[in-house]
Amino acid sequence: MKNTWPLWEVFIRSKSGLSHKHVGSLHASDAEMAVENARDLYTRRNEGVSIWVVESKHITASDPDDSDPLFEPAKDKIYRHPTFYSVPDEVTHM
Amino acid sequence: MTSLNFETIFQSKIDDETKIEPKDWMPDAYRKTLIRQISQHAHSEIVGMLPEGNWITRAPSLRRKLILLAKVQDEAGHGLYLYSAAETLGADRDDLVQQLLTGKAKYSSIFNYPTLNWADIGAIGWLVDGAAIMNQVMLTRTSYGPYARAMVRICKEESFHQRQGYEIMIAMAKGSPEQKAMAQDSLNRWWWPSLMMFGPSDSESTHSDQALKWKIKRKSNDELRQQFVDVTVPQAEYLGLTVPDPALHWNEARDHYDFGEINWDEFWSVVKGNGPCNRQRLQARVKAYEDGAWVRDAAIAYAEKKEQRKLAPEAAVKAA
Repeated sequence: MKNTWPLWEVFIRSKSGLSHKHVGSLHASDAEMAVENARDLYTRRNEGVSIWVVESKHITASDPDDSDPLFEPAKDKIYRHPTFYSVPDEVTHM
Repeated sequence: MTSLNFETIFQSKIDDETKIEPKDWMPDAYRKTLIRQISQHAHSEIVGMLPEGNWITRAPSLRRKLILLAKVQDEAGHGLYLYSAAETLGADRDDLVQQLLTGKAKYSSIFNYPTLNWADIGAIGWLVDGAAIMNQVMLTRTSYGPYARAMVRICKEESFHQRQGYEIMIAMAKGSPEQKAMAQDSLNRWWWPSLMMFGPSDSESTHSDQALKWKIKRKSNDELRQQFVDVTVPQAEYLGLTVPDPALHWNEARDHYDFGEINWDEFWSVVKGNGPCNRQRLQARVKAYEDGAWVRDAAIAYAEKKEQRKLAPEAAVKAA
């Protein structure tokens, strides 16, 4: 049996006030090493102030083949956007 | 849907500049081509650490040593970004590494040339990284999302590599006559292999047409090579060094430099494993892999032990 380090997905907060963003993946034997490796691999040039790692196998992703039923319903609901409504020129601050 | 329909949708996404993402449908050949290309690229970054690593302990100053260490560390990082990108296509990291170690997979032939004097570290940054950047800037627009994103990161970092190399060349070329001679010697040895980095000429390249259609590549080997020559020759002139190609001259009508014919026999000979350092490079990789085996195993054993303690702290203590 192959005895290999599992794959981890890495998320970096680039500065306070922004959310963590996926930057890539890496292999590590445990979570602690994953954070250390992520520091060396993805923040060599001050790219981050905080790191999340999660083992790739724990991520559930939507299936691209289901994109239509998943995302199509939102497309015809244009009334959810402010640009759907007309505001008279005389009315300001809206 | 038939697979023909899938292929039509796939190609129309490519034509519309929509990136292909890991879970999207893709033709098997697209997946295979990408795994081959991305893993070869990753192997090149990893093997590329060796010729430069040779000079870390011999760097002429602490400043140069720190810079070279940072650069070699970047190359390791680039290899890892790329292996990760290949894994999003379903490739297994260990399989990829095994392909490198057994000689089944190729890596860039440029790293089969030796680094004989300190100016070679300058020439590698200036020419080898310069040629790599031409290719990599193009690849930031490649059609496969994870590969393109890895390339964006890599390009940001490569530009430091090229500049530090050129700075070394300036220091050498404007230094003592001996230093200038070393710089010239280095340019003489690295110029042609750098041009070879772009691969066979378009008429000989087996993978080019399909790769262009799928937008894995966006420019042909010869286009990129021409672009490299055009930007690099003036940089050599600034250094006061002579490009070792008597056929090189500016062609006003084409608005490009004309240059001599590459020695394709040498090119194929190095690709086939007969370059000056092919065996040495692979041996170094195999040794590093084997010598590191106990560390990888120990880390797994330690992770398992910690996990067990978390699950059943008392039992683990008793067992110990």
